[in-house]
Amino acid sequence: MAERAWHEIVRDVFKANQVKLVVYVPDNVLKPLIDDVRGDKDFVSFACTREEEALGIVAGAWMAGMRGVVLMQTSGFATLPNAIASLAVPYQIPVLLMVSERGTLGEFNWGQALVHRTMRPVLDALALDHHTVERLDQVEFVVDRTIKQAVATQAPAALILSPLLTGGKVLKRPQ
Amino acid sequence: MTRDIEQRGRGNAKVMNRFDLTKRLVAKLKREEAVIGGIGNTNFDLWAAGRRLQNFYMLGSMGLAVPIALGVALAQPKRKVFALEGDGSILMQLGALATVAMLKPRNLAIVVMDNASYQITGSQPTATAAAADVVAMARGAGIEQSAWADDEAAFERLMDRALAGDGPWLVAARIDGAPAVEQTERDPAQIRDRFMRGLGARK
Repeated sequence: MAERAWHEIVRDVFKANQVKLVVYVPDNVLKPLIDDVRGDKDFVSFACTREEEALGIVAGAWMAGMRGVVLMQTSGFATLPNAIASLAVPYQIPVLLMVSERGTLGEFNWGQALVHRTMRPVLDALALDHHTVERLDQVEFVVDRTIKQAVATQAPAALILSPLLTGGKVLKRPQ
Repeated sequence: MTRDIEQRGRGNAKVMNRFDLTKRLVAKLKREEAVIGGIGNTNFDLWAAGRRLQNFYMLGSMGLAVPIALGVALAQPKRKVFALEGDGSILMQLGALATVAMLKPRNLAIVVMDNASYQITGSQPTATAAAADVVAMARGAGIEQSAWADDEAAFERLMDRALAGDGPWLVAARIDGAPAVEQTERDPAQIRDRFMRGLGARK
């Protein structure tokens, strides 16, 4: 059997953990994962207009018995602290956040590089469980265990997909 | 269909009272319908209208009543779900109306209580005090079944239709500046736990 790509492993781990709802604000690096879930009848997946909105949808679905995840890029995470602090954490709703990491290891947009610096300090300030996945052989274990812990402890958690894993986004034409 | 819905604008709508309208809606809920009360006075008056396990009270995350209700509606397509929001809150997350129109959940109804002000922070005027029309914006987002409630009787008729027929719906009501009758007990974990049990997501 051919080695699975990171996004295929993520899709399979979602399924194994009954994560059915995938709400995203699109991102280039996440495109293969988005394509995987969009083409799979086991998932309910769609784009929405803001990451906060996606968090609300996934929170509502969790309370009604459907597990979900929000897919976003680093800059999208930066719009979320209030919704995490006033909804997911105090209401003990295990919203899963999957962030494709931009702003590091070859970033070409200064704004992305700046907002990237806020991500881990914000996660730490909110005491959110978060893990960065850098290698293909880590994907299954880290994603699976993070989902299981989030559900068992009723706490939101973040999974950061490093450019070391995904290749990230680089300028197509060198400067 | 929408052609028989009253198509009159905001200017023709009577100024009503949030607690009174909330009680009228809650009195019609006989089948464990879910209700998401938006931040501030909207959920305070829902709390005051009588405790129900199927009510969810937002103590923060301004603007997310519609997304939370949409999530509930997607997870439980056989249950009717109502989102109650204020004008300030709906203005904060207008994109959610476009998402609702895109997904067309048949079991979702949005009720907007419009007093043209950020009442809880000192009644500063919102954009609906000037020119914004929530119903027109909802129609523009693609929620065809969107209407102003002209008066209490019209509000009740629209709620009956939302309960009986396929959504999504958006009903807006002009309301006065009366404060909420009571304040919600601020215990988020308990609110969430009761709600999950009320929806059967937890036994």
